Amino acid sequence: MSRASQLPAPATAATISARGIVKSYGATPALREVSFRAEPGEIVAITGPSGSGKSTLLLCLAGILQPEAGEVWFAGRRIDDAGEEARSRMRRTVFGVLFQFGQLVAELTAAENVALPLLLSGARRREALAVARTGLDRVGVADLADVHPSQMSGGQAQRVAMARALVTRPDVLFADEPTGALDSLAGEQVLTELTRAARQGGTTVLLVTHEARVAAYADRELSLRDGVVDGPAHEVEYGPGR
Amino acid sequence: MKHVVLGLLALGDRHGYDVKRQYEARFPAAKPLAAAQVYATLERLERDGLVAQGGVDRAGGPDRTSYTATPAGRAELHRWLSEVEPPLPYVGAALLTKVTLAVLVADDAAAAGYLRRQRAAHLDRMRELTRLKSDPASSLAWVLAADYALNHLDADLQWIDTAMIRTADLSKEMRP
Repeated sequence: MSRASQLPAPATAATISARGIVKSYGATPALREVSFRAEPGEIVAITGPSGSGKSTLLLCLAGILQPEAGEVWFAGRRIDDAGEEARSRMRRTVFGVLFQFGQLVAELTAAENVALPLLLSGARRREALAVARTGLDRVGVADLADVHPSQMSGGQAQRVAMARALVTRPDVLFADEPTGALDSLAGEQVLTELTRAARQGGTTVLLVTHEARVAAYADRELSLRDGVVDGPAHEVEYGPGR
Repeated sequence: MKHVVLGLLALGDRHGYDVKRQYEARFPAAKPLAAAQVYATLERLERDGLVAQGGVDRAGGPDRTSYTATPAGRAELHRWLSEVEPPLPYVGAALLTKVTLAVLVADDAAAAGYLRRQRAAHLDRMRELTRLKSDPASSLAWVLAADYALNHLDADLQWIDTAMIRTADLSKEMRP
């Protein structure tokens, strides 16, 4: 019996969980038996210094990377062993993904960018664009609908990318340093809108960041260090002196 | 205290209780002022010629003397506002003292445990402040106060993170 299967069974509903995840890059271990669970609607910050494995964990949970050992479960189903096509379909439907930058298609307007996941899932263009405009409005950038990315500020582009990540009303949004390239006020607006929209839609958010002020937007923190969870379970109580 | 009262009177004449109320509205995150402290400050400012009595308000209650900032008071306020606040010359925060002593009298693991718990407490407070400033109903005064507190807590947290990495080295140096 593998170590992962000895861990508690994951909850169902839209719970996402990892059990005993192991992932390496060549000979360098990135994650060493990491277990984690986020309840539906929770906003969890995944924090840690550079190289702690936080982005790798996010990519494994989102099905972009496949772990070498351990399991990823979503809504009561194991998903890490699903084929690439099935995992890709999940990212277009029940998952949303938001990275630091470089996400918008330069040739498309904001509304067309936001409509893209719907079009890829077979929606009609007119309906997809109408939903996209509502999505832009929801994150406060309705006036950018017909604007191309090259004419937007960094903060505006990130809000459009956020609208796109949320347009399918995903159960889980994976955000990797979403404000890393923005100044503090633009970052604050993105985080405020992101958490507000997620809470309204009941979306679970997994937010990778190395900044405490970003982690403070989340309900709780999962801290990683050297590929393991650095938390209360590992804490040593303050004892008498030696 | 003297300059805070002068600043509030520079916005318009007020009686003592109104100064207290204005202070609480403009500095919502600060410790509330005691009324006696306000009246004592007004007396000292009047003695020094920085404020003067402006009149008595008798509307629907006990008589209340209002105060006005004199030209000398306004000049003193602007002199104070133009002065740079010097950075603190000594580092003596309780956080630093506690971690240094934890490394000295306990062990690395105990010091790291203390740092972790302190980090969690700081982050809890940062969450509260972030919720507060993200609330559309929060006034600008609250947002400014929350920003100030968040930046200081963030600086502490960055120090805690570095300290956690340095703890082992620090302990070797302190207990060779």
